[in-house]
Amino acid sequence: MTATKHPNSLKRKTRLGEKLIQAFFFFCGFVSIFTTLGIVVALGSQALRFFGEPSINPIELITTTNWSPNIGEIGIWSLVTSTLITTFLALLVAIPLGLAAAIYLSEYATPKVRNTLKPILEILAGVPTVVYGYFALTFMTPLLRLIFGSDVVKIYNMASAGLVCGVMIIPLICSMSEDALRAVPRSLREGSFGLGATKLETSLRVVLPAALSGVIAAIVVGTSRAIGETMIMATAAGAGPNFTFNPFESAETMAGHIVRISGGDVDYNSIDYTSIFIVGLTLFLMTLALNFLSRYFVNKYREVYE
Amino acid sequence: MLAENASIFYGAFRAVADVTLPVHERQITAIIGPSGCGKSTLLRAFNRMNDLVQSARVEGKILLDGDNIYAPDVDAVAVRRRVGMVFQRPNPFPKPIYDNVAYGVRLGNPRIPKPELDAIVEQSLRGAALWDEVKDKLKESGTALSGGQQQRLCIARAIAVQPDVLLMDEPCSALDPIATIKIEELMQTLKERYTIMIVTHNMQQAARASDYTVMMMMRPDRAGEMIEFDQTEQIFTNPRDKRTEDYVSGRFG
Repeated sequence: MTATKHPNSLKRKTRLGEKLIQAFFFFCGFVSIFTTLGIVVALGSQALRFFGEPSINPIELITTTNWSPNIGEIGIWSLVTSTLITTFLALLVAIPLGLAAAIYLSEYATPKVRNTLKPILEILAGVPTVVYGYFALTFMTPLLRLIFGSDVVKIYNMASAGLVCGVMIIPLICSMSEDALRAVPRSLREGSFGLGATKLETSLRVVLPAALSGVIAAIVVGTSRAIGETMIMATAAGAGPNFTFNPFESAETMAGHIVRISGGDVDYNSIDYTSIFIVGLTLFLMTLALNFLSRYFVNKYREVYE
Repeated sequence: MLAENASIFYGAFRAVADVTLPVHERQITAIIGPSGCGKSTLLRAFNRMNDLVQSARVEGKILLDGDNIYAPDVDAVAVRRRVGMVFQRPNPFPKPIYDNVAYGVRLGNPRIPKPELDAIVEQSLRGAALWDEVKDKLKESGTALSGGQQQRLCIARAIAVQPDVLLMDEPCSALDPIATIKIEELMQTLKERYTIMIVTHNMQQAARASDYTVMMMMRPDRAGEMIEFDQTEQIFTNPRDKRTEDYVSGRFG
């Protein structure tokens, strides 16, 4: 080392810009966490108020099946079953079609076809859900009544709403799955083709398993959308809680119920009003459980590639 | 196998021009030459891997047991079952070691009885000199192995379907010297049963491990051409072409 001072000092500098930007990024991340906490607090406090009512017996929430809180009947199953049925029907449509479309776009389509089809598919994702609701009511319901008979299929029914909801989430599942499939390295496909596999064998046995965690994530997001879907359900599934397993019956879903009650003329101190927070909390817990379940599933079955 | 006046095109671009090359059975043929001269493209033409590139096409003939593999009635999938391939970077499937080896076998014979499949898996892993290292962890993922082991797994996977020919596209370029030696030793045992073609950048590897050598160069129009083909010893000690001499003696490339 020479005694003369080098022009580029090694001394520590304070970089104010770095610090500011770091704080800003932290703040952005914090906002979403804070929002989640806020939701839990808002739902929880109202739920506590609800259970504090003398006429309410919390056990009845899961042991009975009639839901009319104003007369003390709080069997939430009538709302849960309809939500599960519509979600199931939606997934029955969206998983096979969305996944098949994703495999087509990622493995079969030429770049030109893919670049044309994908944006069109994504337009479908941008259609407001109330439009889907009226599509269910004025197209799917008459169609179902034509096929199964108008004495079997009610005018408002879960099947119509569920199936159309499935159509709504196809683009979501397709687009996310396609991203996951395309992220699988080309070398894995080549390895498979090199062993004399066909395109279908390669897609189903190598690419799809390797992309499984992304595909599951797509399905989970799709399921959450279906569970929480409001406008299609409120428009086409029915406007009254009904404990039934017949998809052609009319039955209100949880999200549909919340929007009907909160949109109506109810007193903030009435049981009807606080009851919707119980429904909201249940909905929240269901999607939370779904997330944990999928995380477990993904960790167990995914095939990790480099 | 035999290439007759084979030219390979990507769209209008001719990547390899007019190669006529006899590949001797149960011998190792090395393809050497500077980067970009079409070595890999030529190799991939031997099992129609270039078909996967949309614009690629082949003119001329490549014969496997006298049949042109580019004849219109030939199924590329069937060709690849008889001409296996090992790639530059080890690419084991993210599946258990057992399933990696069984993959190709199951494709050809989905209902194969378990004991029979077990036997093929063991035999193939032994054939790739990997059995002793993995016999206790066949259920672990193939991607958890070291690079050299992964590459031997890929060789096991390829020989499990009992091909006639093995194509190796720089199989050691991602491996350390010890793993490389292991693969080279393995090639010497494999050639008792398989015809092997190998692309390599490593001149010593070609000299050590191959029986025949193809020297390729890029022409001024950027098409790759074969400038010399002979026994490896001949190419490395007494090449006919000045460019081959310059290349193998390390004067360029």
